[in-house]
Parts: sequence; C-alpha cells; structure tokens
Amino acid sequence: MVEFLNMGGYAPYVWSSYGLGALFLVGMLLTSLRRLRTRRDDLARLEAARPRRRRDGAEGEGAA
Amino acid sequence: MTRKKRRLYVLVLCLLGIGTGSALTLTALEDNLAFFQSPTDILEKPAGDRNLRLGGLVEADSVERLPDGASIRFRITDTKNAVAVVYTGIVPDLFREGQGVVAEGRLGADGVFAAREIMAKHDETYMPPEVKQALERAGHPGGVVGGTTR
Amino acid sequence: MTTAASFHRFANPARFQRIGDLLLPWLFGATALLLGVGLWLALVVSPPDYQQGDTVRIMYVHVPAAWMSLFVYTSMAVSAAVGLVWKHPLAEVYAKAAAPVGAGFTALCLATGSLWGEPMWGTWWQWDARMTSVLVLFFLYLGFIALVDAFDEPARGAKAGAILLIVGVVNVPIIKFSVDWWNTLHQPASVFRLDGPTIHSSMLWPLGLMAVGFTTWFAAVAIVRMKAELAERRIRAIRIAQIGRE
Repeated sequence: MVEFLNMGGYAPYVWSSYGLGALFLVGMLLTSLRRLRTRRDDLARLEAARPRRRRDGAEGEGAA
Repeated sequence: MTRKKRRLYVLVLCLLGIGTGSALTLTALEDNLAFFQSPTDILEKPAGDRNLRLGGLVEADSVERLPDGASIRFRITDTKNAVAVVYTGIVPDLFREGQGVVAEGRLGADGVFAAREIMAKHDETYMPPEVKQALERAGHPGGVVGGTTR
Repeated sequence: MTTAASFHRFANPARFQRIGDLLLPWLFGATALLLGVGLWLALVVSPPDYQQGDTVRIMYVHVPAAWMSLFVYTSMAVSAAVGLVWKHPLAEVYAKAAAPVGAGFTALCLATGSLWGEPMWGTWWQWDARMTSVLVLFFLYLGFIALVDAFDEPARGAKAGAILLIVGVVNVPIIKFSVDWWNTLHQPASVFRLDGPTIHSSMLWPLGLMAVGFTTWFAAVAIVRMKAELAERRIRAIRIAQIGRE
C-alpha cells in the first residue's frame, strides 16, 4: 500500500495530476447541474406567474 | 436556398484563405519554430555569443564528472557531428548516455557549449520493463522505435 | 414560411431536450463504469514504463485531456459553421455550453503536462511548438467565452464567437502536427500514427478506457449545460415579452 502511494518516488507529480483531473470532472459536473437546477426553478416561477391564456402554444412568444 | 449556398461558399473561401495564409506564415517562420539546433546546425552556422538550445543524443562513454564535483562534461551528437558541453547542476532523471537531450546556453569561443539548463527528451515508445528486456534478448536493442537506453 | 421557420426554431430544441433526457442516465452510467475500470487499470494493474517509471501514469489523465481539448474545439467550430450557414438553432447553444468545458480540458492538459515534464524532462514549461500551440488553444477558448458575452445583443455575440471559432480552427492541425513539422521537446504521437501505436497494450487499454470515459462524461455535461442554456434563453425571452407588455 505504501509502495502504491509512493508511486516510485514520483507521488507528488502523479497524485496531483489525478487530483486535478478529479477536481475538474467533479467540479464541472456539479456546477453545471446546479446551474441547470436554478435556471429551471427560475423558469418555472416565471411561467407560473404568466397569464394563463399565454401559456398554451405560446412557446415562441419571445421571438415574436 | 441560394442564400444558404452563398454563405457556404463564403465560409469555404474564408477557410481556404486562412489555411493558405497560416501555411505561408509558418513556412516563413520555419527556423524560429524549431525548439533546438543540432550540432551540425551550430557548427555550420555559428550564432556568435547568443543564447541557444543545442539538441541531440548524449554520446556514449562521453559523460565525465569534473574535479569540482558538481559539474559534468559530455558530448551532444547528431551522429554526424558532436559538440562538447559543460554543465553545473542537477540533471533530469532521464539523463543518461544515448538519451536525447536539449541543452540551453552559449557556445564559447573554445567550442565548448556552456549549458545553463539541461532537459531530457524521450521517444514516443511506452512499454513495461519486462517487454523491454524481452526485446533486448530477442536482439532488438533499441526496442520498438529507435529506443534510447543502454 | 413563417410557420415552417418557427417550427424549425423551436421543434429542434424541444426534441433535443427529450433525447437528452433519454440519454443522460446512460451517459452517467457509462462514465462511472469506464472511469472506474479505467482508473483501476491506470493506477493499479498497468505496469510502470521502462524509462519513465510510474510517471507514465500521468499519461492516463494528460492524453485524454489533450484529445478532448482538440475534439471539443473542433466540434464547436463545426457547430459554428453549421450555425452560420444553416442557422441551426442549437448550434450557438452547443458552442456556448461546451466552451468552458473545453477550456477546462485544455487547462488540465497543460497542468498535467507540467507535472509530467518537471520530473522527466527537467522543466515545467518550455516555449516549444507543441506547448505554445496548446496555450494558444486555451486562449482561443477564453477569447470565445469573453467575445460571446461582450455584445448586448446575444445573436451578434454568437456570430462574432462563431467567426473566432472558425478562424481559430487552423490551430488544430498545427497542434497535432507540431511535433512532426518542427523539432520540439515534446515527443511525436504514440497512438494516432500511420504505423500503429507505439504503446504497449497493457498501457493502451487504460488510456483508451479513460479517453472514452472522458468523452461520455463530456457528452453528459454538454447536455446538462445546453439544457441550462436553453432555459436561460426562455427566461430572457419571457422577460423581454413582459417588458414589452408593460
């Protein structure tokens, strides 16, 4: 186990590379998911507040 | 439809233009884009007292430790010509005879290259040590592609 | 014509959301599996290199990150071209969603390259053609991100960004072939070469699994980010409509 962690004497280089990789993969995934959740909540609030008749078939109203 | 086609043609033309322009620029800059010069380059076109990078292989049996204990002297070869190099300091882990190296420094008037920094190069072959040994036993001392260890 | 145009404009994103939701669980599952097995092979099973010892394990992060940095940029440039020529509604959404991820892959490639270069080459950084062109790629990503946000009108920002992406695509072959065209500190390609890989299969397997895992991870994150971007666009459209009504 110690030998595994030691990485032939190159532990700082090998483990920081994997650490940075993990940090990026996990960090980017979590921020993206959080961003999606907040946007979705905002959108749901806005659509709920809109007048009823505007909601059916009004998908494209913003572009009109 | 025609507008789409026109946009497509404009795009293709722009790409061709950018491509040709970059190709011409890069060809013109050829010499400046090289990271290092070979011993032959340096001997044929002396650069004077200017900082440059010398690259090649560490010549076999050329590495010697100088009396001061901290400096080494060796030759960098491109198999055609060789330049003597003196360096004080720690060399990279991959530095050994037969290995690719790049030395940064100046060529002295005495023809000895005084290096400030030594970098090791390695080739694009990756394999376990046992495979390397098996290859050597089978009579391929260089490994798969022009290997570099002794 | 108007109906057809508006259909084109909104049916596609709606269909994208449906297909994306269908794909996401599979992509997350595949990513977990591939990276799990890939890490096991990379850190435990695969042997050290005959020259570079255990530092060769940095390759299993560094090389997939490098491939992804090029793949993401190329896909963004293709999508920019599709957006400019055919006005596909999802093109600019994709480019905007993918850019920070591509920039992250490029930064990861540069950082792990440094961490590998110091023990093996004896230097953190050198201005050789390979490293410099990858740094240029990183700045292209940052430039695109900044440019898209620099306009008040999103459509103009997207167009300027698309042009930058297409111009910058010349850098992709330069990165790939820099190690062949000029002498560099970086060694030539080991996997994508005409005479086949020069990596032993015990090291090629973890590399391949990690690379495919990075790709499925990217696909999942890109879908999530595109969904967030589409939601943001609807929010903006609704707000503009509300202002118009007041």
